[in-house]
Amino acid sequence: MNTTTRRVAVVGGNRIPFARSNSAYSKASNQDMLTAALDGLIARYSLDGEQLGEVAGGAVLKHSRDRDLTRESVLGTRLAPETPAYDVQQACGTGLEAAILVANKIALGQIDSGIACGVDTTSDAPIALNEDLREILLEANREKSTAGRLRQLAKVRPGHIVPAIPRNEEPRTGKSMGEHCAIMATEWGVGREEQDELTARSHHNLAAAYERGFMDDLVDPFLGLERDQNLRPDSSTEKLAKLKPVFGGENGTMTAGNSTPLSDGASSVLLASEEWAKERDLPILAYFSEGQTAAVDHVHKREGLLMAPAYAMPRMLDRAGLTLQDFDFYEIHEAFAAQVLCTLRAWEDPVFCKERLGLDAPLGSIDRDKLNVNGGSLAAGHPFAATGGRIVASLAKALHEQGSGRGVISICAAAGQGVVAVLESAGGSK
Amino acid sequence: MSDRYSQIVNSFPGKLVAGRVGLPQPTELDRHTPGAPVVAGRVLLGAAPGGRLAEPLARVISDAGAEASTTPESSLRDAAASAGLDAALFDPENGGDQRFKALVFDATGVEDSTQLVELQRFFHPTVRKLERSGRVVVLGTPAFGCDDAREATAQRALEGFTRSLGKEVGRGSTVQLVYVSPGGEGELDSTLRFLLSPRSAYVSGQVVRIGPGVTKPPKLDWERPLDGKVALVTGASRGIGEAIATTLHRDGAKLVLLDVPALSSDLDAVAKRLDADTIEIDITEEGAPAAIADKLAGGVDIVVHNAGVTRDRTIAKMPEERWSGLMEINLSSEERINDVLLERGLLRDNGRIVCVSSMSGIAGNSGQTNYATSKAGVIGMVEALAPTLAERALTINAVAPGFIETQMTGQMPIAIREAGRRMNSMSQGGLPVDVAETIAWLASPASTGVNGIVVRVCGQSLLGA
Repeated sequence: MNTTTRRVAVVGGNRIPFARSNSAYSKASNQDMLTAALDGLIARYSLDGEQLGEVAGGAVLKHSRDRDLTRESVLGTRLAPETPAYDVQQACGTGLEAAILVANKIALGQIDSGIACGVDTTSDAPIALNEDLREILLEANREKSTAGRLRQLAKVRPGHIVPAIPRNEEPRTGKSMGEHCAIMATEWGVGREEQDELTARSHHNLAAAYERGFMDDLVDPFLGLERDQNLRPDSSTEKLAKLKPVFGGENGTMTAGNSTPLSDGASSVLLASEEWAKERDLPILAYFSEGQTAAVDHVHKREGLLMAPAYAMPRMLDRAGLTLQDFDFYEIHEAFAAQVLCTLRAWEDPVFCKERLGLDAPLGSIDRDKLNVNGGSLAAGHPFAATGGRIVASLAKALHEQGSGRGVISICAAAGQGVVAVLESAGGSK
Repeated sequence: MSDRYSQIVNSFPGKLVAGRVGLPQPTELDRHTPGAPVVAGRVLLGAAPGGRLAEPLARVISDAGAEASTTPESSLRDAAASAGLDAALFDPENGGDQRFKALVFDATGVEDSTQLVELQRFFHPTVRKLERSGRVVVLGTPAFGCDDAREATAQRALEGFTRSLGKEVGRGSTVQLVYVSPGGEGELDSTLRFLLSPRSAYVSGQVVRIGPGVTKPPKLDWERPLDGKVALVTGASRGIGEAIATTLHRDGAKLVLLDVPALSSDLDAVAKRLDADTIEIDITEEGAPAAIADKLAGGVDIVVHNAGVTRDRTIAKMPEERWSGLMEINLSSEERINDVLLERGLLRDNGRIVCVSSMSGIAGNSGQTNYATSKAGVIGMVEALAPTLAERALTINAVAPGFIETQMTGQMPIAIREAGRRMNSMSQGGLPVDVAETIAWLASPASTGVNGIVVRVCGQSLLGA
């Protein structure tokens, strides 16, 4: 029985620029984009013909035909076709959860290398048959005789042409994620101004990262896009202040600016054991050292839908023997600026930390200058399952650049879930 | 007893008309139902900086199982955390459409009149967020607990605020001021629970004083706080007395009900319903106090002096027997009963005497010199006995009902009746149960810190305010 674990190296990542919905990638399928992201990674790290331990990934919005999306994408790349793959889906946590799955297998020695990836399109969305029509067709299929089939098909009505469109709402509350986040913003007293400040900073940081070449070996152009389409380098709090609220009613604080737009894109990260990487003379940007998933009851206990990372964090810190202040980089996924600010406020709040997290003292504040230093989802966009891979690769590179230290990732997901993880510099922690 | 005006203006067309022409629009008041939560909604806790009650308040709110929020000040968040109150945060600046059933403000930190602006800062953005039949409680420090004249001045000023706010809030909401003496911080439970709950439906604009307890407050089953207690209720066969008996019985008390022999069939009916013992006696008889004491030889925990009559006449037309007969019933007999019970030591530890005074005893009323004198005397008795009783771990308090819908008020001429009903912050009369709930609070074994006070159950009547 295996009683030891090994360190898991983050070798590097690759993604395609993220596009705004119904724009540059409107004709690209999930499989197209994922294959492109993987091919870029394969080229960057010379994985041609390589048989990896596995490829884990997924998409949140998936066509029914994409039964084995990740495996089919792998078959379209230059990886050895003998590389196994499977689909993962945990809403916006998909990408990071996939990385945890691959990292755990490497740590246990079950595999030596693997890719975690994710993709999403809100343009090429899976539109399904009208539910009533679908039932009629299935009934007709069950009939034994032609007459029976015709009898069933005669039930088809013109209204059945209306398709079933994927809905952006929580099945158990009927509220959209934005509406849920608006409730959280109210509950935590998060104001418009601070949300707009966070948003402007996200754009400025991502623009600066592109300018100084930080993104050069993280992003490969795709379908004419070289940078994330949502990025507005000249964004400012003044401009953002002019936008009308889109969630939380007339007096709401959440706008199209300080909420992530619907986006299309794909990302991938190569993880490996140290030996595997060294054998191939591949870099080790960082170690993937901790991961934790948590969920909240947003239905009956009415906890904020996107508050699960706030719960996951102390469990992970406790296990790792770390405090919230022990990090050089904080990568908090900006689903909405308000989500980030609610999470930070919750960690500072004595009541939340004692009553909900069961801690003796609040987790405390973080140094805001260490937050999303190379931009966040508000600037880059947020193709749901691709966000985890974007962040892991970017944080690993930031740690590599610094040569020391530790970074933490926090990602909120639909259905009241959240995923957090720790990456440590391969140069050793401070 | 039916208030037809309320029914009409609460109907759809009635509401429309009354709103247009500016008629009073009484709200149907929330009232307690067994098993209901203390507060049917969210409580917002705020405080002036430097207050000393945030933590005890948070603990009471937490124990009461109420949903709560606090304003964002770190002192309040710390207080809530150490009290174990899972309070949400409420920032008035970014509060959205959050609404509250109760607003609780600790004003004990106000040490100077310039700091009274904290009241404006807390209530200005929140008062419109108060739900129907909402509750507002402001807490302060009584003059003798203040360090200097400035603090005492500012703390006394709170009374003007709560009494005015009581007249502004409307929609069945109530506003109270609670003065907590140093050392009374652990005695808030029963009073806060009462003032925040629908039990205090018709109590508004009142000043309640809480001091160090006459004894340690016991742990209670708040659904049956009077379990195992024996309570004597005089004048129990009808009206308010019957409501008192019913409420004390609901709270778990074993009852001894007293009324005059002429009302014996009414008394028996009540006693049968409430599984109570009875004493049929005229309390003004010479041997009555001793006879009552004999009946209570096993000890008694709660004595409610409710028996009372009116014998209205202007003083110019008042014959002596009309004066004396009333005074005997309403005041002198109560004094004699108290004396005998105390002499014989029949009031058990942590016992309660609760008297029924009247708004007339505070405000005075034409044609009621005798009645008002007796009811003001009841207040005098409460104030005079309180220190002595405290030494014996007993308390004495009074309620002073305003316009309560009873058979008696039902027989008033309509003009006087309507004036009585509408001239208060609730624009309606109270119910006998409102008086009974107030008595049940004062009678609670947990009300150890409440002694020597008079609480009006008058919907903040304009009279005598």
